Amino acid sequence: MGPLSIFSEFSEGLNLLIGFLIGIGFGFALEQAGFSSSRKLAGMFYGYDTTVLKVFFTAAIVALIGSQLLSFFGLLNLNLVFVNPYYLGATIVGGTIMGAGFIMGGFCPGTGISALSIGKIDALFFLFGGMVGAFLFAETFPFVQTLAMGSYKGPLKIDEWLGVSPGVFTLLLVIVAVGLFWLAELAEKKFKRPEITSEF
Amino acid sequence: MNKKSYMNPYIAGVLLGLVLLSAMFFSGRGLGASGGLKYTVVAAVAAIDKDHAMQSPYYSKYFEDGKSPLKSWLALEVLGMILGGFISGAISGRLKFKIEKSPKISNKKRLLFAFLGGVFFVYGAQLARGCTSGAALSGMAVLSVAGFVTMISIFGSAYLFAWFFRKLWI
Repeated sequence: MGPLSIFSEFSEGLNLLIGFLIGIGFGFALEQAGFSSSRKLAGMFYGYDTTVLKVFFTAAIVALIGSQLLSFFGLLNLNLVFVNPYYLGATIVGGTIMGAGFIMGGFCPGTGISALSIGKIDALFFLFGGMVGAFLFAETFPFVQTLAMGSYKGPLKIDEWLGVSPGVFTLLLVIVAVGLFWLAELAEKKFKRPEITSEF
Repeated sequence: MNKKSYMNPYIAGVLLGLVLLSAMFFSGRGLGASGGLKYTVVAAVAAIDKDHAMQSPYYSKYFEDGKSPLKSWLALEVLGMILGGFISGAISGRLKFKIEKSPKISNKKRLLFAFLGGVFFVYGAQLARGCTSGAALSGMAVLSVAGFVTMISIFGSAYLFAWFFRKLWI
């Protein structure tokens, strides 16, 4: 039964090896998706390339349905899988700062690492900036501590919050995603920029 | 080498979803990226000024009980990402040193905004306790409210600011 690291009592070395192997899969999938190209990623916000939306929602839904099926068949204890803690203010303010960084830099940290791995120099600058950002956060932590630690809601789950079963919420999410995919395909036709999307 | 086109986005999404599912099944956790950058910074600060790191409530927690930030699941995962991306680029003929940018802007401008974007993104990720990978994608897969709110905040904000930075891209 999973998580295997807990039930099979993995050694530290084995845990690290699995992290490394999962990282290989993660980096491979991001690069194959085209996430190593900043102009492809930025297309999401101007409509000419919506790969980000398609990959992101498909991945979230596959992992969501997969983990619920594993749990249903008794193969994975979802209570032992990490659920992100919810600090309302920090999440919204942090997310907004991240969005500004996304449109300036053209990457998020994961896609920046993906782009660096195939030799993009702009990704190197983005990641170096990212390290400066982490350093600035650590040094300014006392000033933003109230925001960072405030309005803590615990590891709140959205199905519980809305009062529906996980299955019903998953179905709703799939319907929303299909609607968004349809809009995304329309947007790519309306805002197409073949000189950008054919370059890579 | 012949340059191959990218994978169909829906198939790539399934692949990424299976990688995320593996992380949940094997290690009981999601994927991450900004955390790996943070660990590098924590290790670098401790290497340069050990006293500063140990006195700071922010850095010191990464060294409790003899822990080492670079010997962590996330740090190894980020190392793996570089190898995985390199293998993908090699297979598809995309390995090349280049600065990717709109022809309307200079290299210097692209690199400056790439740097600034990185500063903003990872600062925000520390505040929100995760980036697009660790908070938004992995968070949504475990149905956490934090995951959905992070996703909406990142994308909403990027759309909001897109008009101001349009010259960088289109």
